[in-house]
Amino acid sequence: MNKKLGVYICHCGGNISDYVDVEKVKQAVENEEGVFIAKTTIFACGDANQKEMVDDIKNNNLDGVVVASCSPKLHLLTFRAVTERGNMNKYNYVHVNIREQASWAHSDNKEGATEKAILLVKSAIAKVRLSEPLYPIKISSKKAVAVIGAGVAGMRAAIELSNMGCPVTLIERDHFVGGRVAQWDVLFTTNQTGKELVTNLYNDLINRKNITLLTGAEVISNAGSIGDFKVRIKKTPRYIKEKCNDGHLLKAIQACPIEVPDDFNFNITNRKAIYHNFPSEYPHYPVIDIKNCTRCGECEKICESVDFTQKEEIIEIEVGSILMATGFDSYTPAEGEFGYQKFDTVITLPQFKRIIDLNDKKLTFKGKEVKSIVYIYCVGSRQIDGDNKYCSRYCCTSVIHAAIQTKKKFANIQNYHFTRGIRTYGKQEILYSDSLKSGDIYLQSYEEDPPVVLRENGNTLVKINDILTGGKEISVKADLVVLVTGMIPRKDNKVGALLKLPKGRDNFFNEIHMKLRPVETVIDGITISGACQGPKNIMESVNSALSAATKSFSYVSKGMLALEPIIARIDKNLCTWCGACAEACPFDAISVEKDENKDIAAINNSVCKGCGMCLPVCPVNAINLIAYSDNEIESMIDALAGV
Amino acid sequence: MPGGKANNNPKILVFSTEKISDPAIDMAGLLKLHYPPTVYTISIPCSSGVKPIWIMYAYEKGFDGVFIAADGSDCPYGDSCTEKTGKIIGHTHALMKEMDIEPARLRMAAICSVCSESFVKQMKSFNEYLLKNSNV
Ligand SMILES: Cc1cc2nc3c(=O)[nH]c(=O)nc-3n(C[C@H](O)[C@H](O)[C@H](O)COP(=O)(O)OP(=O)(O)OC[C@H]3O[C@@H](n4cnc5c(N)ncnc54)[C@H](O)[C@@H]3O)c2cc1C
Ligand code: SF4
Ligand code: SF4
Repeated sequence: MNKKLGVYICHCGGNISDYVDVEKVKQAVENEEGVFIAKTTIFACGDANQKEMVDDIKNNNLDGVVVASCSPKLHLLTFRAVTERGNMNKYNYVHVNIREQASWAHSDNKEGATEKAILLVKSAIAKVRLSEPLYPIKISSKKAVAVIGAGVAGMRAAIELSNMGCPVTLIERDHFVGGRVAQWDVLFTTNQTGKELVTNLYNDLINRKNITLLTGAEVISNAGSIGDFKVRIKKTPRYIKEKCNDGHLLKAIQACPIEVPDDFNFNITNRKAIYHNFPSEYPHYPVIDIKNCTRCGECEKICESVDFTQKEEIIEIEVGSILMATGFDSYTPAEGEFGYQKFDTVITLPQFKRIIDLNDKKLTFKGKEVKSIVYIYCVGSRQIDGDNKYCSRYCCTSVIHAAIQTKKKFANIQNYHFTRGIRTYGKQEILYSDSLKSGDIYLQSYEEDPPVVLRENGNTLVKINDILTGGKEISVKADLVVLVTGMIPRKDNKVGALLKLPKGRDNFFNEIHMKLRPVETVIDGITISGACQGPKNIMESVNSALSAATKSFSYVSKGMLALEPIIARIDKNLCTWCGACAEACPFDAISVEKDENKDIAAINNSVCKGCGMCLPVCPVNAINLIAYSDNEIESMIDALAGV
Repeated sequence: MPGGKANNNPKILVFSTEKISDPAIDMAGLLKLHYPPTVYTISIPCSSGVKPIWIMYAYEKGFDGVFIAADGSDCPYGDSCTEKTGKIIGHTHALMKEMDIEPARLRMAAICSVCSESFVKQMKSFNEYLLKNSNV
């Protein structure tokens, strides 16, 4: 059947038409076979054009449409929806990208860009001529979500999913929940403490019947896909009975001979191999760190709650969607970077936050009173030559807030901020002005000329060529130098590789579209939230957690999912059932079936993901992928070849 | 010579994947990293689904080079992709030999979703190779 086609070529304001002669493109394609309407439009995605397209489709009974505009990542769905509003089957819509792949890629060559655009549009017309109407495949979806990571983002997402009536398994690798926020005492910008925030979230989620919290738990494998992920989890025991006797336990902790650096305090203090949680961490009972425990048995002698018979468990769950909330690590400065690990007066901001919390009345570090504090900003962020090109967002505000808190909590503190320009965006600016009013001193330098930390006569000095005073060299004697370290992706990110989640240039997990699809990933059914996606403060983390929860819920809420009908199709006449395709299919979507007198391959429509891996292995070319059939691909090649 | 050539550059057909290499090629455009405009992309779900007969068809219709932007280890459909795409190349090379087509006119490289610079580099170097060896 010959189709009646509409072709729309977008100016994209000038993004396309500044480099591609869109009128010429229109003229070159308007007489192609089947083209009934060919138009240029200033903004194809604009309301007016969308309405005009709907009218064109209805008034002329169009049964195929091509829009040549920006990347299909942005507007494929927009125009599919337009064709549906015109009562056309949306799979008879073909999208051509003449912006990213023509006008912008070849903005150095307008003629070349225009010629390329013409051929791209012709190939889309060739494809749409052969396209067939398709209908979504309905599959069932497990009404349950796995949330990985129980920091603020993961906990808030779990609560929201629970509110919507969705069963949640909340998987936390650590033995305690709360993530980083449990480690910070007073928080910007509300002055609430991390403990309060985590306590609220924990109390809210722990008694909910539809949230299962697993701590000491890590995902070890994943099979299946959207609607039906089969997740295996390894759960390490605490080696402590649930109802334990606090008094004996404290003695047992004292008796433990093993001491290791305490990561909760960023290694400025030590803890035992059997250790208690901090007040801001939940659940409220201790753990034996089995990696460092030597099984000497000292604790067992004192405390009857110690239980070395507890075994590792493997738990298998089935969920329709996975929500990632694994958070971030803090940048560790290189040895010698601003004197780090070289001078014992140099620490990082996360360590400083812990020191403020651990000290009372007088601020001391390593037995010495601290009065003069220098903060060096942007350490490990905004690196021109290094890997971390990005700004870590939280740090300017966090350090200014910490400096204010330090003055409030301890007497005689003088703060010196060695910045690269302050970025206290939004309401956080108020903190900056409070800090200025309280007499904090701000100095600034450029990336090429950073401050220098040195030791002279037993004193730590920090020198800067301060651009705010015309490049004057200023030297400050510091009792403590705080390196304001940025956020980096989790160093142990095996779970990302296991779920095949793509990373962005900053190495954090990547969304499909920063603005329009900010919590979805290319792996259908997996959403991302919080600081595992990039530097975020708590409000930003929770914003994205709520949006990821809603998105994940949309995959499972109806118990059904409508999947793309782009799947493999077997030509019964040609197939001789050699089994090669079944072997190639990574999803076991192909099995053998009787057809009249012979065996043939059969595709399981709800399991087939439309990857096409079975296509090239068939010795008799009996398989085609719907929408990518030989006819369609070859007609596109014809058009691109200009024959 | 095939028709429709801009600037007399060789014509290169790229099989690119919707989820992995398409974003890299799009980002190359966004960053205005230029490559010859005679590079054309056909998007498919996965690089291990390219049929050798499509590649052969492209040569028959006058394409000078075919490039497969492979998903490699980033393939959302699983880790067998690299090996399977490799087999397609092997099989196609055999077909090319039969037709007396220089095997170097088929190239493959893993292009991740942010590998824009690497894509552009690949296109420039393939283009240069095809220009130098325009008799192949
Ligand atoms: C020094 C400092 C001070 C800050 N102060 C403030 C402040 O005052 N106000 C503010 O708004 N923001 C502040 N922030 C930012 C705040 O810490 C983050 O916004 C917040 O922690 C992000 O929450 P999250 O849940 O995304 O990640 P995280 O807090 O990192 O939590 C992630 C959780 O996932 C778990 N996890 C990781 N990998 C796995 C895995 N494979 N499997 C299972 N679980 C896993 C982790 O154990 C952790 O519990 C500060 C940040 C820093 C560095
Ligand atoms: S590879 Fe081809 S012939 Fe063999 S079973 Fe599959 S469809 Fe049939
Ligand atoms: S297209 Fe992919 S998922 Fe579908 S049957 Fe073929 S190999 Fe399996």
